[in-house]
Amino acid sequence: MKVGRRRFLAFGIGGAVGTALTPLPWKLMDDISIWTQNWPWTPVPPKGVVSHVNSVCTLCPGRCGITVRKVGDRVVKIEGTKGHPVNDGGICLLGLSGPQFLYGPSRVRSPLKRVGKRGEGRWEAISWEQAVSEVAKRMGELRAKAEPHTVGCLLPEDRGSVAQLFARLLTVYGSPNVMRRPSIEDTYEMALYQTHGIIGRPGFDLQKTTFLLSFGSGYLQGWGSPVHMFRAHSHLLSNSCRVVQVEPRLSISAAKADRWMAVKPGTEAALALGLCHVIVKESLYDKAFVDKHCQGFDAWTDEQGQKQPGFKELVLGNFTPATTAEITGLKQADIIELARNFAKASRPLAICGRGNGSVPGTLGEFMAVYALNALVGSVGRSGGVLALPEAEYLQWPAPEMDEVAAKGMQQQRLDGAGGDKYPLARYRTSYLAALLKGGGYPLKMLLVAGENPVYDLPGSTELKKALADIPFLVSFSSFMDETAAMADLVLPNHIYLERLEDVPPVFGLPKPLLQLCRPVTAPQFDTRHTGDVIIQIARALGGGVAAAFPWPDYESCLKQVLGGHFARLHKDGYLEGRVPELRFETASGRFEFINTEYKAKPAYTPVIPQGDKGVFPLVLTGYDSMRLAGGAVADSPFMVKSVDDTVLKKGDVLVEVNPHTAGQQGLAEGDAVVLATPAGRARVRVHLSHRVPPGMVAMPRGLGHTAYDPFIGGKGVNFNELIAPVPDPVSGLDAAWGIRASLTKV
Amino acid sequence: MKEEHRQDGPKKYGMVIDLDKCTGCGSCMVACMSENNAPFREDESDKLLSVAWLRLYKLTNGKPYPDTDVCYLPRPCMHCEGHNGHSPCVSVCPATATDYDSATGIVSQIYTRCFGCRYCMAACPYHARVFNWWDPVWPDGMEKYLNPDVSVRMRGIVEKCSFCYHRLQRAKDKAYAEGRREIREDEYQTACTQACPAGAITFGDLNNPKHAVYKLRKSPRAFRLLERLGTNPKVYYLSSREWVRRAGDNYLADEATGAGKHMAEHKG
Ligand code: SF4
Ligand code: SF4
Ligand code: SF4
Repeated sequence: MKVGRRRFLAFGIGGAVGTALTPLPWKLMDDISIWTQNWPWTPVPPKGVVSHVNSVCTLCPGRCGITVRKVGDRVVKIEGTKGHPVNDGGICLLGLSGPQFLYGPSRVRSPLKRVGKRGEGRWEAISWEQAVSEVAKRMGELRAKAEPHTVGCLLPEDRGSVAQLFARLLTVYGSPNVMRRPSIEDTYEMALYQTHGIIGRPGFDLQKTTFLLSFGSGYLQGWGSPVHMFRAHSHLLSNSCRVVQVEPRLSISAAKADRWMAVKPGTEAALALGLCHVIVKESLYDKAFVDKHCQGFDAWTDEQGQKQPGFKELVLGNFTPATTAEITGLKQADIIELARNFAKASRPLAICGRGNGSVPGTLGEFMAVYALNALVGSVGRSGGVLALPEAEYLQWPAPEMDEVAAKGMQQQRLDGAGGDKYPLARYRTSYLAALLKGGGYPLKMLLVAGENPVYDLPGSTELKKALADIPFLVSFSSFMDETAAMADLVLPNHIYLERLEDVPPVFGLPKPLLQLCRPVTAPQFDTRHTGDVIIQIARALGGGVAAAFPWPDYESCLKQVLGGHFARLHKDGYLEGRVPELRFETASGRFEFINTEYKAKPAYTPVIPQGDKGVFPLVLTGYDSMRLAGGAVADSPFMVKSVDDTVLKKGDVLVEVNPHTAGQQGLAEGDAVVLATPAGRARVRVHLSHRVPPGMVAMPRGLGHTAYDPFIGGKGVNFNELIAPVPDPVSGLDAAWGIRASLTKV
Repeated sequence: MKEEHRQDGPKKYGMVIDLDKCTGCGSCMVACMSENNAPFREDESDKLLSVAWLRLYKLTNGKPYPDTDVCYLPRPCMHCEGHNGHSPCVSVCPATATDYDSATGIVSQIYTRCFGCRYCMAACPYHARVFNWWDPVWPDGMEKYLNPDVSVRMRGIVEKCSFCYHRLQRAKDKAYAEGRREIREDEYQTACTQACPAGAITFGDLNNPKHAVYKLRKSPRAFRLLERLGTNPKVYYLSSREWVRRAGDNYLADEATGAGKHMAEHKG
């Protein structure tokens, strides 16, 4: 008898019997199988009508198009949308994990009010009416005391309708303290403004690039829009283009590149300027572009009549191949060869911002990389870096501030961003712990939505203590994350698969792309769209605050502010903008190597890791991997399952240590050690690896969750507990690439 | 007129994985888990116990910093053809729970027949098979995402990559309903192939000259794992790096890999 393969694999029913001469062995086997299997509880997934719904993944800033496969009303699988401008069918592990998040055990199932001590985990489920009125009551009290500015708000984004609803609420209420965590997008934005005079973000035309030079950017580890970058890399490979990675550790981006330049940590900007030196010296630069479009290449006289040195002098005087080799640890010949190859490529492109881009870096470095692109004419042309001006696609009716609000808004921001000391910075949230303790005034209430600062910000141990002192902490998280666990109230949002929301343009794409995230399934629990909750809080506050929120609900608000875009977004899911023409809006109307107003210029600003060399002989640095989500969204059970046993073993994280260093310290593979830094200490294990240079300890970001469930939490150590921010003196943003550390055997 | 490739002739489904493009990200692994209802437990760090059909291996060239190089290698079941369908695992199974299908080239695993003797696990040179030491348990409510096309496996049996056989069935059903005998190349693709953000995996009929895999496997960069054991695997790998191709089999120190002599080194 032959049983069709269909039956074998579609099975469900057992007992297909093969042919044999004697039935005895088969009978015995049957018995064994019954005893070993015992037909225990195993779920049989119900069948149903298969359908597909398109939406957007917003689990990371990448914003891939997703096609959600449903069986009946169950979400069964998430796939990348074919032909989508971000990811064309590809998808990352986090995106694939959507169903595990949707039905996962860590979801907050209703509004919760803390009943035990802070962080103790004892909650009372409350109604939405009560939740909204408790927030409004607190806010009302602070406003009545003329202290509205002591209410802060922490978000992952400042674009998009929900972020802007929060900002609107705080404006008419009277607080300037809307905060977001800065990243390389902020530094890129500053560098774009300094060089182009345009407020916006860069776009990278990777489809037409022929030579990609990356200064430590983890283009295969989450930098930019992750799947988009993966596809770009494969495209470069298929077209025999060159990729060079400059980075101290052999990351996967370095390993996949045609060439890995192992620089000393933190010296990438020096190499960029060293390359500029060779290109200028050997006259390999694009003279036509520099003459026609650039300012500050040669020395010039400023408005005050002062003579100013040009970029040419800056690089010729300071970054000879010999000096650059000395600083970076590379060979002179390699530096010269790289400079020549880069300059001679038909459409070269240089990018920067380390790892996955979560640490902003120095403005000098970003301007150096901009200068390098400008020298080879790769600014504003196909295959190069484009300037995408910030386009406000949401049309809000102007809000009216009453007297209390106007007064509150005049207060200095708690983080000092945009103030006298750091005029260029928009947010300085990386220093939240210090700001909460020693800022101008105490914060009395903090609203956290879509962020998880207790886990995600550097120096998280200190931050946790500082947050514990805020009298009223409200979390809008869909999950019981580390910050929600400390909150006084949790007002759970729908997750992205359950909600309607505009999705602002993606960083790094060559064209502006506006998208719409749509509910693919009904809310699973008693959660509420944060947009609706903000409107309800405003209404409950009454008076001028309520007047600024005339919408009955979030959906009608979204339709109004999106205006004509809504219908098209609703139909197609996304709207692609056009590539803008090359233009500069600086004082000179040209690309400014050195900004004529602020004098910001390309520079190598050494960022010294915190700590005493005597006590901490090594340097700890973090690395990113696609298998772990290092940000506000946690890993999924599948992601943790996918992690190598050389990274996570039982509850312990393994840190990479060069065998040479390990030998000096008497450490062997798998040894348990205490890893100490000026910011904290933790138990880890040693993994001997030639991917890191002697003296360096490398640790993955994305482990060490203390909240969530046992599939995600209690595994390894959170890198943020061991690191502390180091400010770039020009921008004030965090530029720490590492911290001094020691390893002690336990 | 004799056609070179008969439309209704036997298929030989296989895969070509480009290791130059593969970034070791793990999407293929998770796409497989999600598609095929893989269980998960609190501790999955003992990889011998972890139920995964596709695993990623990290290869290194063993050189000190900064001459180090690493490469990830995704390893599904190789669907070994052996000689005339005598796959190593099929030959040893006393329960005929695993079988070589000469119409598709797919090595099947029939869970209801398997009684867990694990001979096949010992026979498979690629460690492609895993044993269920526990019953799968999903946290309350999470079983909602399970895929009805793939049955959930129970304690005491062996499982392995099926080349997403249920997708072939769906594609066949669809073609049949539309009155076609042939399914198109893009109608049957495995979950890992579809998910790969780098487009590193290509899947199709190795017998069909119109399918991308047909040409790709003849690339000078192509090699197979432990080819010389005679397993005749249907998963091919591509790499421009000699040391990677060398890691795919037990070569003598001075022996060139299949394509090595023709290749210029991609990376020094
Ligand atoms: S890259 Fe980001 S947006 Fe794309 S699937 Fe992954 S998590 Fe979602
Ligand atoms: S999904 Fe693609 S790039 Fe990622 S590990 Fe698998 S084959 Fe490699
Ligand atoms: S890889 Fe292993 S399990 Fe797969 S067919 Fe070959 S021998 Fe059998």
